[in-house]
Amino acid sequence: MSILVDKNTKVICQGITGKAGAFHTGQCLEYGTKMVGGVTPGKGGTKSEHDLPIFDSCRAAVEATGADVSLVFVPPAFAADAAMEAAAAGMRFVILITEGVPTLDMVKARKYLDDAGTLLLGGNCPGIITPGQCKIGIMPGYIHTPCEGGRKAVGIISRSGTLTYEAVWQCSSRGFAQSTCVGIGGDPVKGLNFIELLKMFQEDDETDGIVMIGEIGGTDEEAAAEFIRDNVTKPVVAFIAGRTAPPGKRMGHAGAIISGGEGTAESKIAALREAGVKVTESPATIGEEMAKRLA
Amino acid sequence: MKIHEYQARQLLTEAGVPVPESEVVENATQAVDAYKKIGGKVVVKAQVFAGGRGKAGFVKLCDTEAEVKTAAEFMFANRMVSNQTGPEGIEAKKLLIATAVDIESEYYIAVVLDRGRRCPVVMVSREGGVEIEEVAANNPNAIAKQWLHPHLGLQGFQAAELISALGLTDKAQAKAARKVLNGLVKVFYDYDCALAEINPLVRTPDGEILAIDAKMNFDDSAVFRHPRLQEMFDPSEENAMELRAKEHNLSYIALEGNIGCLVNGAGLAMATMDIIKLHGGEPANFLDVGGSVTKEGAIEAFRIILSDGTVKGVLVNIFGGIAKCDTIAEALIAAAKEIGFKIPVVVRLEGTNVDRARELLKEAAIPQLIGAADLTDAAEKVCAKVA
Repeated sequence: MSILVDKNTKVICQGITGKAGAFHTGQCLEYGTKMVGGVTPGKGGTKSEHDLPIFDSCRAAVEATGADVSLVFVPPAFAADAAMEAAAAGMRFVILITEGVPTLDMVKARKYLDDAGTLLLGGNCPGIITPGQCKIGIMPGYIHTPCEGGRKAVGIISRSGTLTYEAVWQCSSRGFAQSTCVGIGGDPVKGLNFIELLKMFQEDDETDGIVMIGEIGGTDEEAAAEFIRDNVTKPVVAFIAGRTAPPGKRMGHAGAIISGGEGTAESKIAALREAGVKVTESPATIGEEMAKRLA
Repeated sequence: MKIHEYQARQLLTEAGVPVPESEVVENATQAVDAYKKIGGKVVVKAQVFAGGRGKAGFVKLCDTEAEVKTAAEFMFANRMVSNQTGPEGIEAKKLLIATAVDIESEYYIAVVLDRGRRCPVVMVSREGGVEIEEVAANNPNAIAKQWLHPHLGLQGFQAAELISALGLTDKAQAKAARKVLNGLVKVFYDYDCALAEINPLVRTPDGEILAIDAKMNFDDSAVFRHPRLQEMFDPSEENAMELRAKEHNLSYIALEGNIGCLVNGAGLAMATMDIIKLHGGEPANFLDVGGSVTKEGAIEAFRIILSDGTVKGVLVNIFGGIAKCDTIAEALIAAAKEIGFKIPVVVRLEGTNVDRARELLKEAAIPQLIGAADLTDAAEKVCAKVA
């Protein structure tokens, strides 16, 4: 099993004719993802460079392809609108890669998608991958290990892109598979968060342990800690980035800022430890600590 | 992005929030002219982003032309040093001269994003004129909140609740407060604020409601759609290196230590700072070269890191995904040629095209480059080099 997406998931790309959209659609196809079309307003009826049909709207794309997941590469000014369009077209799951979407746009879009019953991942995220089955995002596929041959598997949830790759690499190097890896993104207002995903991994038969990567800003990790204490029985290893980050400064990600004393790494680490989570001191020992717990 | 107090007052005035009469001046002569126009008791306030102005002597009450002149001359001649500026202080380029009103009560009102609830929240308190963090810590019940529906904004009943929490029972005053609340919320939405705060909002002895000081932060991701904010942007209040990095699509923040960092991805960049500290070193900066880094961008990143004279060693930590390791390797080689490395540069590369990258670096044989097997090894090596 896996969570959210698998080898049968049909995906369209919104923004398929843009540079990033075209490149990553190609990469996802190469990985084996069922990319079935794309949306670029004004280019409906043509074919993409991957020979996929292009539609003017999500509604048309869904009608013709039956896709229920959308991968969004639309520029920031129009990204929230694109996510809402996908929801209105009946999509089950929208994965928003775009970085730099205005926060108030995300506030509106998230509520709109919630009301429509559509799941959102991101923005400002690397996407989601179920190794060996499908990759819907921009992560390098080859570092991941599919669940097969009786390997133990970890589920990964992360606010950071490259730090996720780091954790995946450490797990793969130690012979562990990944059930599913989910980049939830670095924005202050986003889609799926730690708690929803912890719940899914806890219920997923194939997931033996969970890696959680947080960072400074907000209080999502503290909320997750409380959830883990009461609901998660699988081993959880966490790393929180930004112990050395100065307060009041935005550390690259829009959401990575300590403000008014809220959002410090110390507070998150303390809450997670209290909930029985192994929080590593070093980003280099995530895989090692997971190995101890899955032995 | 931040703006100055006088600019925040402009936005509030346009949204129907009453503020005392004021003028903005750029020298002492203008300050005196402004006083002649306004008269009576005024307050002279330096227009700088940093707080702690009052204690530093950069907010002065004045009754006469001579006092205004002295205050203005002092503020233009000296750099303001407060607990928020660092020892070098900052220069005030503009002063606000405003009517000083008599105050009966001070209130706090603000609109800010509640990340947890994913919507804006309006907060009010009768304890105005002090930092809200202080109130939140000492007397959280003194803060009343109303969360705004993401699609509907501030509703009438919510404004009524907030006004009641402020204890404004007089009909005319309640009406004035409602105007202030609506105006502040309008500014928050119209300009994509991250924070819109009036502190203090005051009631004068004759029952007038006025905004005395305002602070606004804007969502950096939304500034592109607000030409007005782009005009208000004051680069002199920003760190020059951080601005230069931004022009090259790099995210850079200067820190106090002596180990420079060049990393792809914000999370990994923070983690790299953390692991340096863990191994006894001190990071000199946060630097994220981003996912789609070019050779030119990486060279510029080196220039920025090495322009900081305190840097004694550099840690390059790249996990190639979309950014390819060989691109970084080429940039390293080019930077070594163009800039010349006089300090050790520890390089840890992993991910896409790493084998090709390692070959390139081996061929180039740059003496200052030190390879690392993994992240721990890299941190240990760079810390040892600068120790």
